Amino acid sequence: MVKKETIKQMHEKRADWEKQKYSKAIQKNPERKQKFKNLSDIEIKNLYTPEDIADLEYLKDVGFPGQEPFLRGVHPNLYRGRLWTMRQFAGFGSAEETNKRYHYLLEHGETGLSVAFDYPTLYGYDTDHPLARGEFGKCGVAISSLWDMELLFHGIPLDKITTSMTINGPAAIVWAMYIANAENQGVSKEKIGGTIQNDILKEYIAQKSYIFPPEPSMRLIVDTFEYGFNNVPKWNTISISGYHIREAGSTAVQELAFTLGDGIEYVKAAMKRGLSIDDFAPRLSFFFNAHNDFFEEIAKYRAARRIWASEMKKLGAKKQRSLWMRFHTQTAGCSLTAQQPEMNIVRVTMQALAAVLGGTQSLHTNSMDEALALPSEKAVRIALRTQQIIAEESGVTDTVDPLGGSYYIEWLTSKMEEETYKYFDKVERLGGVIPAIEKGFFQREIAESAYRYQKETDENKRIIVGVNRYKLDEEPSIPILKMDEKGEERQIKRLKKLRTERDATKVQNHLQRLRKAAEGDENLMPFILDCIHSYATLGETCDVLREVFGEYKEQAIF
Amino acid sequence: MSELSAKVIAGDPRSIGRLITLVENDAPEAVEAMKQIHRYTGQAQIIGVTGVMGSGKSSLIFELALVFRAEGKKVGIIAIDPTSPFSGGALLGDRIRMMDLSTDSGVFIRSMGTRGMMGGLTSALYDVVEILDAAGMNVIIIETVGVGQDEVDIVKIADTTLVVLIPGLGDSVQTIKAGLMEIADIFVVNKADKPGVEQTVAELESMLDLVGHTEYRTPIVATSVKEKKGIQLLTSKIAEHQEYLKKSKTFDTRRRQRYEAELIEIIRKRLMDFIFDEKKLKKTVDCCIDQISKKELDPYTAADEILGKILK
Amino acid sequence: MIKKIRVLVAKPGLDGHDRGAKIVARALRDAGMEVVYTGLHQTAQQIVNTAIQEDVDVVGLSLLSGAHMTLFIDVALLLKEKQMDDVLIVGGGIIPQQDVPGLKKAGIAEVFGPGTPVEDIVSYIKKNVKR
Repeated sequence: MVKKETIKQMHEKRADWEKQKYSKAIQKNPERKQKFKNLSDIEIKNLYTPEDIADLEYLKDVGFPGQEPFLRGVHPNLYRGRLWTMRQFAGFGSAEETNKRYHYLLEHGETGLSVAFDYPTLYGYDTDHPLARGEFGKCGVAISSLWDMELLFHGIPLDKITTSMTINGPAAIVWAMYIANAENQGVSKEKIGGTIQNDILKEYIAQKSYIFPPEPSMRLIVDTFEYGFNNVPKWNTISISGYHIREAGSTAVQELAFTLGDGIEYVKAAMKRGLSIDDFAPRLSFFFNAHNDFFEEIAKYRAARRIWASEMKKLGAKKQRSLWMRFHTQTAGCSLTAQQPEMNIVRVTMQALAAVLGGTQSLHTNSMDEALALPSEKAVRIALRTQQIIAEESGVTDTVDPLGGSYYIEWLTSKMEEETYKYFDKVERLGGVIPAIEKGFFQREIAESAYRYQKETDENKRIIVGVNRYKLDEEPSIPILKMDEKGEERQIKRLKKLRTERDATKVQNHLQRLRKAAEGDENLMPFILDCIHSYATLGETCDVLREVFGEYKEQAIF
Repeated sequence: MSELSAKVIAGDPRSIGRLITLVENDAPEAVEAMKQIHRYTGQAQIIGVTGVMGSGKSSLIFELALVFRAEGKKVGIIAIDPTSPFSGGALLGDRIRMMDLSTDSGVFIRSMGTRGMMGGLTSALYDVVEILDAAGMNVIIIETVGVGQDEVDIVKIADTTLVVLIPGLGDSVQTIKAGLMEIADIFVVNKADKPGVEQTVAELESMLDLVGHTEYRTPIVATSVKEKKGIQLLTSKIAEHQEYLKKSKTFDTRRRQRYEAELIEIIRKRLMDFIFDEKKLKKTVDCCIDQISKKELDPYTAADEILGKILK
Repeated sequence: MIKKIRVLVAKPGLDGHDRGAKIVARALRDAGMEVVYTGLHQTAQQIVNTAIQEDVDVVGLSLLSGAHMTLFIDVALLLKEKQMDDVLIVGGGIIPQQDVPGLKKAGIAEVFGPGTPVEDIVSYIKKNVKR
């Protein structure tokens, strides 16, 4: 961005500065570490200057917000127009309890809903399945049928609010429940908006809530793309997620590379089906983590936008809208400490600020007590207020991409992009994303990073306040959410009642037709919707698919 | 007979597990039990499964075990993973592929680290096979680590050895170690849902052609655990091989070889224990050191004398 | 005689968070122990049968879903029922302090929460292994 001669001059002056000023300064105040490195193990220099970004061409590589390469944001006026969506991931116990929490959050200024499901739901089991033992409502809400879905959104107008649902293996089925519920509310499919996570690749890689093997899983996902484009145009049919990859222990670079790599894989799968890239690409959305290293996280989001725009163009996207990398962010659950939990409020504040400076479209801020249990009402309110303070008080929303042009940030953005392409090459050489999963490549890379992080922490090379330094002898105790103990019983009763009262023949017929369709290659969404409308349960619908598709078994990679 | 031995013979899982540990730990009480159970052995069919890492051995064994179970046979599985030479610890993860068998009382799965052995089979393996045999397992399947000498050594224990390969990926047949070719009683081309199966099978066929005519031609079976193909065929080939062994009297030769190897192993171990009993050896050696330093004796002659005394 | 501590690292229930379990498994291996890893989604029955066949000295359970009061206790009870009293049971995960006394009463010897250095787990096992 600077003339060549100027750069040369700077180079010489910098050498002088290092020799005369810096070396003297460190004689007086020796550096705290031999090497300064970020969480991706990238070495950070003492100072960045225009020399470090000499190759960057402003118009081509940086540009303006809302224009290619979208580095500075997908919207021209970003938060000067609309703030990000404040979307707190919530769900526990029964549908009724979670419904109450949603009303509470909306009353306190939340602008979008985000559903956390319990484990049985994530694996496509009804609450009364033997494998669901002990898990009911524990880390999300239990949804076994359309009836539960109706209770979950009771009193919430589905044409006015958008909803994100963290569901993957059975995403198509749970989405069908949402659509059916909206229709029963009198809201048509075209009017509802929201997101299903529907990202199975990262389940194999990191999160492990998979049901079917890769092939039929990919088919189901492309079915939702196709169905969404034709019938539910405002719905994001996938949220390609790095969040869980990071939680499993990856570095920021790995999160970036593996997530975008997954994204490209979905695009290719949909194109293979014959869908036009410009039809479905605008409905792709992303989901990233916000971890502790402030600048690294900001650089990650910025790099993601530039890489995605460039890759989508290479894949043949023509519409500008198809090049947008829009994303949701959640602060890092794995960075929360059980020790001195109030300190998590501070961590979350900085992580959320990084997400905002990185231009996130929506944000979840973790509650301070989440390393101990599900969040209490008070903890959730503080987390939401954190976002509101950043939005309303800090002034960081007044200009678009305020850190753009920082020598350090621009250098780091390009560096992370470079590292991402190295991973793309590696995966390519392994034969693509799915073969690399089968060979355990991603799993091994992540396990390695997780182990390194733990070792560094254990050896005090990485300081975590309250954990390995500044510890308290006696940990303060904070109040913890108490769940309604009768919830599970009520839910099982409801399931029993449902099974006796619904039209059993109709259910069987629809399930039978779904089985037939699954054995062939039709789009399964209409068949699933029929099952759901007839009040077939999540477990019953999933079992049909399990029988046809089989179940995935992982190999363990350490 | 000790209570432990009796319980092992009765097939009590807890006692089987315990005796295996004692054997692995070289515990003195293991020797007594091993002496007692020997006469209850000899009924089990022993299958060795070897081949490169990542060839899907564990999943294949899981499928084989299901077939044997359907035939009403009791199955013992020994899954070996490498012991870390640095820490002496081991991560034993082969069971993961077989967890669906862990609630079947007709199946006993044991994971073993290679422990001290530099390549080669862990010496406890002979004992573990005997224990599972005495405990009433009809079939014992041994999964090797997939690297090093033990791939070849497995024939010393197994009646039937399966060598598992996978199509493509540069493990073209030519690159297989020569030893592996010779030990195979059956070749399995696993992951046959992947491209390149025909080529791998064809390469194996031509390789077998080179070996020329023998009484028994090693069959080649393509299997896919993913698509559940070839497993039945594989078990029938295993049965045919057993038939062949019995008809051709090779069976007795193999069993004799196994006992020979086991006996030599026990003697070797005992000798090593004796020789490397540091305290004892140091005492024996000490008396010569003076003479060696005074040049009254050279180290070779000293060694001859010491060994002569030990081996007398 | 060469005695090695054998540990079963198991993930009961449906929770798929295996970062902690794998880190602990590796650390125990590096401390010279033999570690049997069951993989995800194990029932109490599967875990206990594996513990018997593998004749482990320690069963380590990891769970982040909050179902520990049911699933950890299921395993502990079943181990007791099978007279595996000499097995040391430890647990880890997202476990609120107020649940710890109940778990200990049920036979879980120690509970390790987030932020525990793995070295603490290693030395706890070495010190408390019962046989």
